[in-house]
Amino acid sequence: MNNSVIVLVEHLRGNIVDITYEMLGVGKKIAQHLNVPLLALVIGKDVSKLTPNLGLADSVLLLDDEKLEITPPQLTAKLVENVYKQKQASILLLACTNITAGVGPILARRLDLPFINFCKTFRFENGDLFLTSQLYGGKILSEVKLIDNKGIVGIYPGSFPLDAGKSDRTAPVEELEVPDFVPEPSFKKYIEPELGDIDITKENILVSVGRGIQNKDNIEIAEELAEAIGGAVSASRPVVDQGWLPLTRQVGKSGMIVKPKLYLALGISGAPEHQEGMKNSETILAINTDPKAPIFNIAHYGVVGDLFEIVPILTEKLKQRKG
Amino acid sequence: MNLIVFLKMVPDTVEELKIASDGKTLDPDWLRMKANENDEHAVEEAVILKEKYGGTVTLVTLDAPEVDEAIYTALAKGCDKAVKILGDWQNFTSPAIAEVFAKYLKENNLIDSKTLILTGSQATDDIEGELVYYLGEYLELPVYGVVTYVQYNENKNNILIRKEFSGGLRGEFEVELPAVLGIQAAENPPRYVPIAKIRAMMKSANIEELEFTQDFASKGIEIEKLYEPEVAGKAVMLEGNPEEIATKIVEILTDKGLI
Ligand SMILES: Cc1cc2nc3c(=O)[nH]c(=O)nc-3n(C[C@H](O)[C@H](O)[C@H](O)COP(=O)(O)OP(=O)(O)OC[C@H]3O[C@@H](n4cnc5c(N)ncnc54)[C@H](O)[C@@H]3O)c2cc1C
Ligand SMILES: Nc1ncnc2c1ncn2[C@@H]1O[C@H](COP(=O)(O)O)[C@@H](O)[C@H]1O
Repeated sequence: MNNSVIVLVEHLRGNIVDITYEMLGVGKKIAQHLNVPLLALVIGKDVSKLTPNLGLADSVLLLDDEKLEITPPQLTAKLVENVYKQKQASILLLACTNITAGVGPILARRLDLPFINFCKTFRFENGDLFLTSQLYGGKILSEVKLIDNKGIVGIYPGSFPLDAGKSDRTAPVEELEVPDFVPEPSFKKYIEPELGDIDITKENILVSVGRGIQNKDNIEIAEELAEAIGGAVSASRPVVDQGWLPLTRQVGKSGMIVKPKLYLALGISGAPEHQEGMKNSETILAINTDPKAPIFNIAHYGVVGDLFEIVPILTEKLKQRKG
Repeated sequence: MNLIVFLKMVPDTVEELKIASDGKTLDPDWLRMKANENDEHAVEEAVILKEKYGGTVTLVTLDAPEVDEAIYTALAKGCDKAVKILGDWQNFTSPAIAEVFAKYLKENNLIDSKTLILTGSQATDDIEGELVYYLGEYLELPVYGVVTYVQYNENKNNILIRKEFSGGLRGEFEVELPAVLGIQAAENPPRYVPIAKIRAMMKSANIEELEFTQDFASKGIEIEKLYEPEVAGKAVMLEGNPEEIATKIVEILTDKGLI
């Protein structure tokens, strides 16, 4: 059957996450192409208040129950499975995020459908839907044909425009019956990031270091540049995982989303998970020894070179300039 | 604890990746393989848990180029036993591999009440999402991904885990064993082992090799083509010696009023 396209609305602690609008925009185009309605499915506790934001959908399906405050992937999958079957859907769009991670694979198994993740673009050719995903840290793209236009697609955040998913109209809401189940007892609490000395989301200039910085002692090179330029030091994940900088300095999917006036990427390859946190910076300047590093695909200025040769000279020049 | 870890070899993405002439795969001649980074964290977490709470760590891999070195490294780090499942797995993707692993674990009765199965949370070479959840499905066990912290409570035989969301936000969950976890980062960064210790392992340790022939419903999705992302052509590349480049950067930043 091919009677609808469903978007699983992503929200966290009472707010819609931007990726939802990206998915609605993509979903609308696909639904129009297949000539079927676009349905937005919202699962959670007190989520009926989110429905006015989902006007681009032809209708909103609501599973609102206090037992649904936290929905681990196995539970979400169970609920979506019912709706997918009931609505005779063909394509289900999910967010490729840490919140929704797991729902796709579990559903793929249960519904015997393909799951294609990390999707960045799509196109139709002779009525077939082709999806492009990013692999290998963003260095390679892969194209897949969705057989019979049926399957589950994980949309990578930041790949599609948000505006295309917004609408002033209000969509009709259909309240679905929440099946009987025992609420998930496993959830204990949220842990907020400890606020450190510096809030990298508020800095105008970030000197960001990646694995190319090699060791903890070398962080000082970045600290000196940050001081000379009037900014703060941030980092990619490996630097934080190694314990060289605190979690509050991490930029990316699991870390902070930053939008400084200037983002200096030093020894950062620019993996999709990193780009997610910084691609909207006003000016991006990257220094990397690898000319094929994906960071150059989004940088405004690039230097193919060794950060250890360039950064100290740059710091010196900035110091002199200040006098 | 009965700790079981899966480790996978992936191309080192810091190297140049060339697409093979079939247009669908990477040219193996150009690849330098390494253990998937998250898997190294999974190995580390398993060894940390063993050191804290006792038990054994079994490393499981599918046969792949250069996998032996990664196995010996993991053994040198503290894994007790290594199993390599033989076969040509090149075109197998997560759902099918999860099926292989699940069959292996079930048929050999390897899962008991104190079993914790760890995989890396994600590999860089796979479009079908994360194996860990398929594995949880096949084994009908609780499954959590993007995990960065694990603590075992012996009295309750459960684990307390932390899982990442976004913006530094994490969630804490309490999960009964047996369970399956996708590890994103271990409690400590993966330990360093000297080459000499790895060499010694190569001489003394034994990798258990296992034949596995079975038909599968599907090997996974077929990729139509691979290609390199178009360079947006946006980046102005600055050239010259370090001195000249630094000068250019200062000029640009000055022009833009950034400094
Ligand atoms: C669920 C999930 C969440 C994640 N969340 C995040 C996140 O929040 N933030 C994040 O950053 N990543 C995140 N990642 C990890 C991400 O996939 C990448 O692994 C990571 O961003 C790579 O960091 P990197 O660029 O510093 O290291 P690498 O990819 O190893 O790149 C190092 C770069 O340094 C260059 N280099 C080396 N030496 C020099 C030198 N002397 N001078 C100049 N350049 C040099 C190399 O050419 C290379 O390009 C996440 C991954 C997953 C699976
Ligand atoms: N071929 C494989 N051999 C061993 N482990 C694997 C294999 N494929 C996937 N895994 C495990 O599953 C995790 C997630 O992989 P993936 O599903 O490819 O993102 C990896 O980090 C490994 O721990």
